[in-house]
This record gives sequence, C-alpha cells and structure tokens, in this order.
Amino acid sequence: MKGNEAIGEAAVCAGCLNYFAYPITPQSEVAEYLSRRLPEVGGTFLQGESEVAVSYMLFGASAAGERVFTTSSSPGISLMAEGMSYLSGAQLPVVIVNIVRGGPGLGGILPAQSDYMQAVKGAGHGDYHVLVLAPAGVQEAVDLTIDAFTLAERYSNPVLILGDGMIGQMMEPVEFPDPETIPPPQPRPWATTGMKDRRQNLIRSLFLSPDSLEYNNMHLRAKYDAMERDEVRYESYHAERKMDVLIVAYGTMARICKTAVDVLREQGLKVGLVRPISLYPYPMQVVHEAAQKAKDVLVVELSTGQMVEDVHHAVAGSRPVHFFGKTGGNIPPPDRIADEVRKLLVKKPGKSRKTGRKS
Amino acid sequence: MPCVKIDKERCKGCELCTFACHQHVLGMSKELNTKGYFPALVERGPRCIGCRMCAVMCPDVAIEIGIHGVQYNLYEY
Amino acid sequence: MRTIFEKPDALTDKITHYCPGCTHGVIHRLVAESLDELGLRERTVGIAPVGCAVLAYHYFNTDFQEAAHGRAAALATGAKRVRPDLILFTYQGDGDLASIGMAETIHACNRGEKITTIFVNNAVYGMTGGQMAPTTMPGQVTTTSPAGRDVAECGQPIRMAEVLSQIKTPGYIARVAVHTPAHIVKAKRCIKQAFKYQAEGRCYSLVECLSTCPTNWGMTPIESIKWVEETMMPYYPLGVKRTPDEGEGG
Ligand SMILES: Cc1ncc(C[n+]2csc(CCOP(=O)(O)OP(=O)(O)O)c2C)c(N)n1
Ligand code: SF4
Ligand code: SF4
Ligand code: SF4
Repeated sequence: MKGNEAIGEAAVCAGCLNYFAYPITPQSEVAEYLSRRLPEVGGTFLQGESEVAVSYMLFGASAAGERVFTTSSSPGISLMAEGMSYLSGAQLPVVIVNIVRGGPGLGGILPAQSDYMQAVKGAGHGDYHVLVLAPAGVQEAVDLTIDAFTLAERYSNPVLILGDGMIGQMMEPVEFPDPETIPPPQPRPWATTGMKDRRQNLIRSLFLSPDSLEYNNMHLRAKYDAMERDEVRYESYHAERKMDVLIVAYGTMARICKTAVDVLREQGLKVGLVRPISLYPYPMQVVHEAAQKAKDVLVVELSTGQMVEDVHHAVAGSRPVHFFGKTGGNIPPPDRIADEVRKLLVKKPGKSRKTGRKS
Repeated sequence: MPCVKIDKERCKGCELCTFACHQHVLGMSKELNTKGYFPALVERGPRCIGCRMCAVMCPDVAIEIGIHGVQYNLYEY
Repeated sequence: MRTIFEKPDALTDKITHYCPGCTHGVIHRLVAESLDELGLRERTVGIAPVGCAVLAYHYFNTDFQEAAHGRAAALATGAKRVRPDLILFTYQGDGDLASIGMAETIHACNRGEKITTIFVNNAVYGMTGGQMAPTTMPGQVTTTSPAGRDVAECGQPIRMAEVLSQIKTPGYIARVAVHTPAHIVKAKRCIKQAFKYQAEGRCYSLVECLSTCPTNWGMTPIESIKWVEETMMPYYPLGVKRTPDEGEGG
C-alpha cells in the first residue's frame, strides 16, 4: 500500500472518521483516498478553503467531542501554525500529519526533513509543544498514526506525525491491527455538546488575568514534563557497545543510515545508530548515553542541520558532533553515508579529542 | 397597570431608554450606583403604557416590566 | 402581576463589560431570546470572536468555543460537520468577519454550512481602540485614519450582506439595525428566522447588525444612534437580502 493511503486507512482503523484538509503535494493522495473511504464508513470528509481554516475546523470538531485529523505538507503546516498554538492553548486532542517537502518558500515537492525545527520547537506563538512522532517506513507510519489518537487524548494535546515525501510515496506491505486491540476514544466530558443538565463547557485559550494564564501555562508545562518522562521513543541499532562512530538520524534517513551501518560493520568498523522516533519529547538521555560509548557522533539529515542542534544539546560537548546533510530532494545512498563515517575514522585521533572532550 | 422596574446596579446610565420612551416616563437619577453610573429611574410612573420600548432598547437588560390586568400588545416581540 | 419583559434564560446574570449604550448588549439579548423561544438553548454552541465580544461566553447560558481572530466560521464548520444535531452560531465583529476572516466567512456561506452568523457591524475596530475597519465609513475619523477614511486609498466600505447575497448556494442573508426599538423588533425577527432555518437544517444564515460603538466614535449613546440612522443606514441598506427559497442569488 502507498504510504499516503496507508496513513488515511490507519486513521479510519483508529476510529477517527473525521478528516478536514487542503490539497498539497506530496500528500494529496490522503485526501483523495479518504474522499472515497470516509463516506463508506459514515465519516466526515471536507476539503477546506485553506490550511488556516482546516486547522480551525479541527478545533471546532475536537471541541465538539469527536476524533479528528488532517494531513498536509510543509507550506500548509506553516499556515496551520496559528491553529496549533490555539489548539495547544485550548488543550484539544487532534492529529496532524506533515509529509515534509523541501523549503523555504515553495521549495520543492521532493522529500526533506527541513521542518524539524518548526515541528519540535513550535511553529506558532506561545509556550507550547506538540508531541512529534517520526516514522521511518509505511508500517511505522500506520502504527504511529494509530497511537497518535490515543496520545492526543491522553495529553489533551495536538500530536504531529512528521513524515517525509518518501514515506508518502513509498509502496510497502502493511498490516493493520485488529480494531479490537485499539483503545476506544476517551470520553470528553469537557466537550461543547450543548448545555443540558450541566454547567457551561467552554473551550478557550484566553486567560486575561496574570494568575489564570500562568496557571494554564504551568498546567501545560506539567503535561510536557509528563510527556518527556513517559513518551520518549527511539530505536537503537548496534549502539549498545563501544563504537567508533554513533550515527543519529530519524525518519527515512535513518533507514538509509541503518544500511550504511550494516555495510560498515561487515567491514569490521564499529558503528551504531540511534533513531529518535519521538522528536518531541526528544530522547536526550539516550543520545547522551550512546554518545559516551562512541568516539564521534555523526548526525545525518535531509536538511542543512536542524536536529543536530538537539544532538549537540544531548551530547553537551562530551564528544565531537559532526553533520552531514543533503537537501533539494537529493537522497544520499548508504555508500555516501559510509564514506562520511570513514572520513571520521581516518582523522587523526588527537584532533577530534581536542575539539570535543570537555565534559 | 404596567410596572417598570429598573435594576439600578445593572444600569450603565446610557440614557437610551429615556430616548426610547415616548411617554417620558423615565429620567436619570442624580445618585451614582456602585459601578459609578447615574442610573435611569421611573419619574412619571402613572404615564407608563407598558409598551416595553424602554426594555427593548436597553443594552444591559436592566429593565423588567410587569403588568396588572389586561395588556394589549402593540407589536409582536 | 404578570411579567411582560424580563431577561431571557439564555443570558446569564453577569453584567457585561460593554461600554454604556453599546448595542452589542442588545444583539446578545436578541440572540438569547431567539434561542429561548425556539427551544434551542440546550443544544446550542456559540463561537466567540476576537473583538469586543471575545468574552461573550460569560453572558450566554450555552456552551462556547473561543476562536482565533477571524476563524469563527471554520470552528463552527468543524463542530457542525461532526455534530449536525448541534446548533452553531458565531458572533463576530467587522474586523473579525470582514477583514481577517473574510475567506472563512465566504466559504462557509458558499458551502452552505448549516450555521448562523451574527455579524456586528460597528464601522470600527472596537476592542483594539478604534482603528479603521473594512466597514469604516468614507471620511470617518478613526485612530488609523486620522484624516478620515480616504476611499481612494482604502477603498469603499465593504457591504458584507450584499457580497454574500451574490453566492448561489441557498442561504439566508439579512441586514438589520438595533438603534431604535422599532428596528430592534425587526432585527429580532430576522435573527430568529436565521436560527429557525438552521434548526430546520435548511441553510447557512447570516444577519448583519448595524451596531454602535459610542466609545470609539467619540459620541454619546444617543448621538451614536443618530449617526447610525444618518450615516450608516443610507450606505448599508437594511432588509432581507436573500432567502433559501429564492434559489439563485440576487
Ligand atoms: C491574528 C490577530 N491579529 C490581530 C489581533 C488584534 N485584534 C484584536 S480584536 C481586533 C479587532 C476587532 O474588531 P472587530 O472585529 O470590528 O470587533 P469589535 O471589537 O468592533 O466588536 C484586533 C485587530 C488579534 N487578536 N489576532
Ligand atoms: S413601558 Fe413604554 S411607556 Fe412605560 S416606561 Fe417603558 S417605554 Fe415608557
Ligand atoms: S437603557 Fe438600560 S442601561 Fe441605559 S440608562 Fe436605560 S436602563 Fe440604564
Ligand atoms: S469599544 Fe465600542 S464596541 Fe466595544 S464595548 Fe465599547 S462601545 Fe461597544
């Protein structure tokens, strides 16, 4: 199944029958697929007039008590940035999928990982975070999309799936879980469903008095702390023992790096990989500990260097952190990454130590 | 007999009711309410015909009207 | 004694934050009375705008969602699409609806969303301190048009009711005023009709209400109602612009 369609079906499988979206390459197939699929299951499909409007249609639908999601790509996510801020402030569970394409501006339509900062550092204004999950293949995109609905409800917070053009277009066999095994939607006693026999339900992000706003901010912070404690996800590949080089990469880029790790290990080089799956909360501790087992750290991204900042943060100067990135939709093959690793290995040992070791 | 009651704490003293009342029933008080407004008051109660114009006009729902006996509605509201 | 006029149930007891003589309060009451009379209150969800009416949720005895500036129609669309049994209304000012929220408004109308919009046209941005709105009258002095609105530079004030009545999807579009009891009585009929159409699942409905902003117009409430009559009404003709029975726009 094609990644984009699989994501659409995953949402249906998770019991989310409400979808609002605006077309944009490279993810329009999700909308095309759901425009056929949702009427079959009695769901709601609506093509909005813009991504701005779509983000608020999600707001209205979620506040009215229903599971809802959208998919878009980078320029569209920029337009949803305002909405994400309001959704977070009002604590509404929604799922947003970004099938990233290159930027800035219109950029291109080929795969990229250049929206990492936008996703994890906050696209909109205010003190908020959305939970960000980055799949590395179609099956994982399906699994994470399904989980995303549960996570969104657990934290009453938007969840963003950060995929890239490759995931959207990839054809891979996928298995959908038995719907019985998927947790049912949580009740939403706070939803605006008409004020019969109860007090007013109000969904808002405005808190005019200093104390009430601070209270909301601290409440959000407590949720983010809980996410940072409980929702860190990652994959570690040959990164448990001593290594010469630790590669850190996420999404489809991590898959290519995995192949590079295999190639290098066959040649007897000690290389491992950590693949963050949750980008917010970021596996800081895991990256830090893995880095302690390596001499050098190499970050590989389809950007000119975004996640590398978090790796620097995690490694905290204890090891040298190197970066290799490609953009424009140019995807480096495993050999190219292996070359980058080899370059680090032939470097004079003393040199890297001098620049790196501080702790 | 109609009876116009003005909730002087809700009233913001905008005078729109006095303008709306063609019977010149209402006037403005010379005493402030707790919010610091001079509220409207009933000055010539017996002239009131219970037409509800004042209450319809009042933006602050400060006017309530009651009636004893029969009342002919001059308009549907 | 029999009560012949009192506060509708759909309004709370709270005293509004609106300035003295501001007709936002009248429009609130008309909406509340309509909901009560049609028996819709218990399944109504209001959408508050960003503007002076941002705190409208304190004054209505209904569930409420608070939108971002201009996006109320999109929230209402989302909620109504997933819960068609609810009654959705948005309450928006002219900056909110006719400037930043123009796209959401026109498209909700064009899709024929079964929602009701109460559009408060007071020819100015009230909340932010009296800046020029798309509906500001030619020559009207505001804090961002100190020499009066220059139509050569800023265009003519936008007539939303007419703009929306060009749309062919069946809908109910009316313009009313609320500055005299006679106009308020007519306005009430239109607002009630708008909700009735929604309750019947008929169509999109929007009622544009010419409203006052004594504070930012720099007038007394009584001068303000004269200004509505003399300046706004000739430019913004009142009346029902379109009903769903008319079929195609016009
Ligand atoms: C995105 C954004 N831009 C600007 C504002 C600031 N703002 C708040 S209210 C308002 C204008 C409201 O005017 P109007 O819609 O006419 O309503 P009124 O206050 O007159 O009732 C503006 C510009 C905002 N809150 N959000
Ligand atoms: S009910 Fe009519 S007559 Fe009586 S005070 Fe009000 S406006 Fe005047
Ligand atoms: S209209 Fe209402 S608020 Fe204004 S003065 Fe009369 S009673 Fe008071
Ligand atoms: S600023 Fe204008 S619109 Fe806002 S409450 Fe005051 S009078 Fe009404």
